[in-house]
Amino acid sequence: MAVATQTLPPMAVPDDDDVVTRRNLGWKKFSRHRPALIGTVVLLVFVISAVFAPLLSHYDPNAIDPVWQGTPLAPGVNGHILGTDELGRDLLTRLMYGARISLSLAVTAMFIEVVLGTIMGACAGYFGGWVDYIIMRVTDVFLSIPILPLLLVLTGIVAATSVKSSLGPVFVALIIGLLSWMTVARLVRAAFLSLREKEFAEAARAIGSRNVSIMFKHLLPNAAAPIIVQATLDVAGIIILESALSYLGFGVQPPTASWGNMLTNAQENMQIAPWAGIFPGICIFLTVLAINYMGDGLRDALDPNVE
Amino acid sequence: MLTYAIRRSLQAIPLLLLISMILFSILHAMPGGGLAAYAGNPHLTAADIERLRHNLGLDRPLYVQYFNWLWRVLHGDWGWSTLNSTTVVEAFLERLPATLELMITSFIISLIIGLTLGILAALRPYSALDYFVTTFAFFGQSMPSFFFALILQLLFAVKGIHFQAFGYAFDFQLPSAGIISTDGGDFVDRVRHLVLPVTVLALLQVATWSRFTRASMQEVLHTDYMRTAAAKGLPFMTILLKHGLKNGMMPVVTVVALTIPFLVGGALITEQIFAWPGAGRLFITALGQQDFGLLMGYLVLISILVVFFNLIADLAYGWLDPRVKYD
Repeated sequence: MAVATQTLPPMAVPDDDDVVTRRNLGWKKFSRHRPALIGTVVLLVFVISAVFAPLLSHYDPNAIDPVWQGTPLAPGVNGHILGTDELGRDLLTRLMYGARISLSLAVTAMFIEVVLGTIMGACAGYFGGWVDYIIMRVTDVFLSIPILPLLLVLTGIVAATSVKSSLGPVFVALIIGLLSWMTVARLVRAAFLSLREKEFAEAARAIGSRNVSIMFKHLLPNAAAPIIVQATLDVAGIIILESALSYLGFGVQPPTASWGNMLTNAQENMQIAPWAGIFPGICIFLTVLAINYMGDGLRDALDPNVE
Repeated sequence: MLTYAIRRSLQAIPLLLLISMILFSILHAMPGGGLAAYAGNPHLTAADIERLRHNLGLDRPLYVQYFNWLWRVLHGDWGWSTLNSTTVVEAFLERLPATLELMITSFIISLIIGLTLGILAALRPYSALDYFVTTFAFFGQSMPSFFFALILQLLFAVKGIHFQAFGYAFDFQLPSAGIISTDGGDFVDRVRHLVLPVTVLALLQVATWSRFTRASMQEVLHTDYMRTAAAKGLPFMTILLKHGLKNGMMPVVTVVALTIPFLVGGALITEQIFAWPGAGRLFITALGQQDFGLLMGYLVLISILVVFFNLIADLAYGWLDPRVKYD
């Protein structure tokens, strides 16, 4: 967080603990936002269980149990803490491996979206004129195409034209990222429009800095706060989008587990194995809720107008 | 204002043309090139497919095909649906009533509940109700629609709720699929089929709109003109309705207008889960069959809705708020 590098004027009592920097002021505000703090802890639990999945579980996430196939075991039976699904696979293990896919996919898509949106918005806001006009019209076009149906078509095309395995999580992340940069672009553009007129931008130009250096070294750090908040909230949105896509059978393909595709068969098996649908759903819901609260806390923490 | 409205409407035309071009090129990347429906037909030889391709103009350059498509669309011909063996327009008209029934019902219900909750929360900030509304908004926005649908089906449709109280046996069970019972049904039957899908669709809207209304109303309630109105001794309801709501609703109108096209998109998942015979479900079926005409029709139709409601939101804002200047 580049905003944090600027320090406020020293306080009256220059005791080490009392020096209020923008960074620990932000952290103070964030930690006062209790839901955001709880959200961070919840998310950390999910991230840790995803990272250490092989250590935390001795089951293979894709191993079909020949004995119990077709007879899902209830939570707690035979050492399966959350039970098994209709193919006899351990649910908790699949959830942890699914978290790897769902979380990393969302973060990857978010990075693509933020980088693309920042470049687009920065160029539009900094250069103005016809560059701005063209980029904003392209933004309008992408904002007017509803993302879910378009995603369904695109993933459908790839699934049909090539082998199923190419429709990997990386590919899904790529399409989602390429189709959701518009909000970030608009945010960055709005920030750059006012920032480029500031004295420090003027000064950078006066000493002969190149455009690219002014844009990304001088202006961008000052536009970081809204981007960080938007990026956080977008991770939540992307998790929902990916899980909806995978639920409908167009996203991450089985047997690779993602939280979304674990729910695909849950509807049919609702009578005999409700847990197979409920637990993945709860994971999606809790993660998204946690991230939304974190975004809210970050908004408060990074907004200089909120005391 | 009028010149602004006309200029904005004219700007929509190149936008829609560009969108349709992009969609057209994307859909043409589909395998089978619009003839996928015939590819598996044993009565057709490869030569037949070639002849079809030639007769339908599918062997011509993409831009020629696009302009042919555009020309026909401008004359009201949206093409042929290989899935239904009808025209695309007929296929959509058949499905539209079901989608509209679902959307309009959930739209009205979410509007009433969302705005009421938002206004009440704004009137009593930091009360129990306010905390409930804020928390509900976060939960509602974080709940994936398909999971919420699954829970509702589990609770109310799979087993239903049966209990005994006051000497009566209560049996509460709702249908989880379709728009009406297969053996025909009356009005009550239709309403019973509506309950679950409408609840799923409304959740996100109620969550978003209540939060937005609360924020906007809170801002308005603290303005000087509200204090002036109160100081003049106007009755509370007059202040709230004439001064508060009129100003507080301006940003809400924009948000609501912008959500409408996405309600159509969101209905896609809901329609799929509840086997609702609407346009969204038709789109998903068309996707499996690579029905070019239907897919193109649906995508362009929704894009038109997005552009149209963007325009409406813009104009409504200027109309509601005389302070907005156009030049």
